[in-house]
Amino acid sequence: MAKVAVLKGGRSLERQVSLKSGARVEDALAQLGHQVTAIDVGRDLVARLEAAAPDVAFVALHGPDGEDGTVQELLEVMGIAYTGSRVSACTRAADKVLAKHAMRADGIPTPDFFAFNETAFKELGAAQALPKIESRLQFPIVVKPSSQGSALGIKFARTPDDVPAALVAAFSYGRKVLLERYVTGRDLAVSILEQDGVPTALPIVEAVPEQEDFYDFESRYEIGRTRFVCPAELEPAVAERASELATRVYELLGCSVFARVDLMLEETTGELYTLELNPIPGLTETSLFPQAADAAGIGFDELIGRIVDAALPAA
Amino acid sequence: MSSKHPRSTVRDIERYAALFADRTKVMKSSAMRDLMALTERDDVISLAGGLPDTTTFPPDSYASLMGTVAAQSCARALQYGPTEGLQVVKHCIVDVMAAENMTVETDELLVTTGGQQVIDLVCKTLLDPGDVVVTEAPTYPGAVPTFCAYQADVVQVTLDRDGLRTDELEETLDRLEREGRRPKFIYTVPNFHNPAGVTLSLARRHELVRIASERELLVLEDNPYGLLRYEGEPLPTLYSLDQEFVIYAGTFSKILSPGVRLGWAVAPAPVLAKMNIGKQASDLCSSSISQYFVGAYFNAPQPPSWEDYVRSLIDIYRRRRDVMLDALAEHFPREADWTHPEGGLFIWATLPDYIDTTDLLARALQDHVAFVPGRAAYVDGRGGSSMRLNFSGVGEDAIREGVRRIGEVVREQVALYGTLTGTPGAGTPRGAEGRWLVGAPTAPSADPPVDEELAKVLRLPRKRAG
Repeated sequence: MAKVAVLKGGRSLERQVSLKSGARVEDALAQLGHQVTAIDVGRDLVARLEAAAPDVAFVALHGPDGEDGTVQELLEVMGIAYTGSRVSACTRAADKVLAKHAMRADGIPTPDFFAFNETAFKELGAAQALPKIESRLQFPIVVKPSSQGSALGIKFARTPDDVPAALVAAFSYGRKVLLERYVTGRDLAVSILEQDGVPTALPIVEAVPEQEDFYDFESRYEIGRTRFVCPAELEPAVAERASELATRVYELLGCSVFARVDLMLEETTGELYTLELNPIPGLTETSLFPQAADAAGIGFDELIGRIVDAALPAA
Repeated sequence: MSSKHPRSTVRDIERYAALFADRTKVMKSSAMRDLMALTERDDVISLAGGLPDTTTFPPDSYASLMGTVAAQSCARALQYGPTEGLQVVKHCIVDVMAAENMTVETDELLVTTGGQQVIDLVCKTLLDPGDVVVTEAPTYPGAVPTFCAYQADVVQVTLDRDGLRTDELEETLDRLEREGRRPKFIYTVPNFHNPAGVTLSLARRHELVRIASERELLVLEDNPYGLLRYEGEPLPTLYSLDQEFVIYAGTFSKILSPGVRLGWAVAPAPVLAKMNIGKQASDLCSSSISQYFVGAYFNAPQPPSWEDYVRSLIDIYRRRRDVMLDALAEHFPREADWTHPEGGLFIWATLPDYIDTTDLLARALQDHVAFVPGRAAYVDGRGGSSMRLNFSGVGEDAIREGVRRIGEVVREQVALYGTLTGTPGAGTPRGAEGRWLVGAPTAPSADPPVDEELAKVLRLPRKRAG
């Protein structure tokens, strides 16, 4: 059995989600007989890792620092094995703009978009280009921060007048903002778990909010606020196509062991669009990735066991 | 090794969710609770809490009072007590109410577990699912989850610098009557409103009890801050104007300690009797230890008296309020407005409608400062551009620095909006005391209604396929 340090919490806005994910991971690891050290990630991370001297670090962090390659880079430097995707995959996946550019270049359908940082507006007069963007994307437009998870900071602009306030809101979360065509339809999540080194799509989860029109932060993390359908009720060809797209994105970004890909199935056209890939999907009791594993007959403890085993250095 | 059963995620969700009552679908914890959790980090200056400053209470006094409880009432303090509360604490409550010119008998009191329990018990006693509760807009954020838990239909009436707008209240009640919806009670915080900081004027106090009496509606008067007045003359409580239709909620939380979790209710006898039964079901009785502690505190032979302690709090909080008002004038842009509270713990600031304070909080947390986004004080998504700032919980330097940091991010957003819309010159500090706001009838805004504009940005109806 291994010494596992579970990295959780941190300073990101998704701290509470990460604490929940981490607590469940700790339980599972203890159940599996591993020796667990929980680390709430802060200024003393390096010292605490040195003291714990784990065989492997389980990265149960979400959002900036934990999911964008920062912590992974640090673990590389320290020579500590860790779970999930490597630095470069995390860096690309956590930045929605980079990921979407990669997808578009590879012919993977993703909603049309434009992205700007604050400087473009402040120094280069990008505001004057907004009408062009708006006519290219058509209203409604989704405005979201490039690097924030859990639907934080996402706004919908229905008319040109809504766009400036939506941009101001999105810039609250980061320096880069994405304007994206809004796809009306069904929220699908395809989880990928490597089996014998081969990325395999798990049954698809559809999230249907019970009340909110939009799958927002609260409906993501409160039991009973969202109805999950797994496997999602889809035409076999659609499910197959969604799984194929998700696997392609996973490979394109160079992910390892596990990830979750979010897609939209457009209501009017039946087309699938890839929104983003989460290199460290939520592991809370309402999270989609564990549900998908469960539907594939992989219980939570087994799931966590597989993720850790994949990260452990070969004996 | 854990001895817990192995977990299955899907089963976890289904087996619990299937058991949840319908009311849990409308039960909400405070908005953006995860963001709020971050405000508790050590490195954050939090102007978000509603905390009184308990550091001013001398540890020696605490130890001595607990010693008195142990010496005089040990067995009784460790025992259950009567649901309505112990006489020893009821006499203290009589004194506190007398300090606000109210006369009550001890048998007219129900001692509760904090003022919050009064709200809960009133809802439990009066509300069936779908019943209407009328309250101020904005309202006390902590009351919203209680109203929701009882599946109340909450109708909010605007307040301005003089508190709840009684003209709008009458219009609202007329409309509800036409629609066949009769409210059960009106919930109000007349003194130094949480979150708005405003105080109900004398004329409107008379109006409110007249309206309640004429229509035979109950008013729940929540008065946690009445004794914390920093300027102006005290106004009569609603309860002192009308005992027939007013339920009064008091608390020791702001004049002594929220940690003792003791409040009280005074209500018309039939209502109080039902609330007593409701309390039996909730917790049998409030903490006997706390009640003896408060009794010992009020009856301590040596000074300072409880009134002395309240006076010392008033001195501290008045200074902190003034520091916050000065800092707002110095650091907030001229596009912002804020209230000037004559007492209590809070200032309510309202920013231009294109700034969403929930998102702004995310930005402010990067600069290690926090406040409560205004949306928490509404049930209908309004309040998106307002924020509640607390000045009692942290020291003067922290208030100055906290407001400076918030002002900086606000000005940054105002400037960005100016850039995006071609409105130059936005975001300069106001440099003078802010206008009174919260829908002040004397200063109508030329801007479009905040809520309609924001609503478009916040939510888009989504049709579901299949």
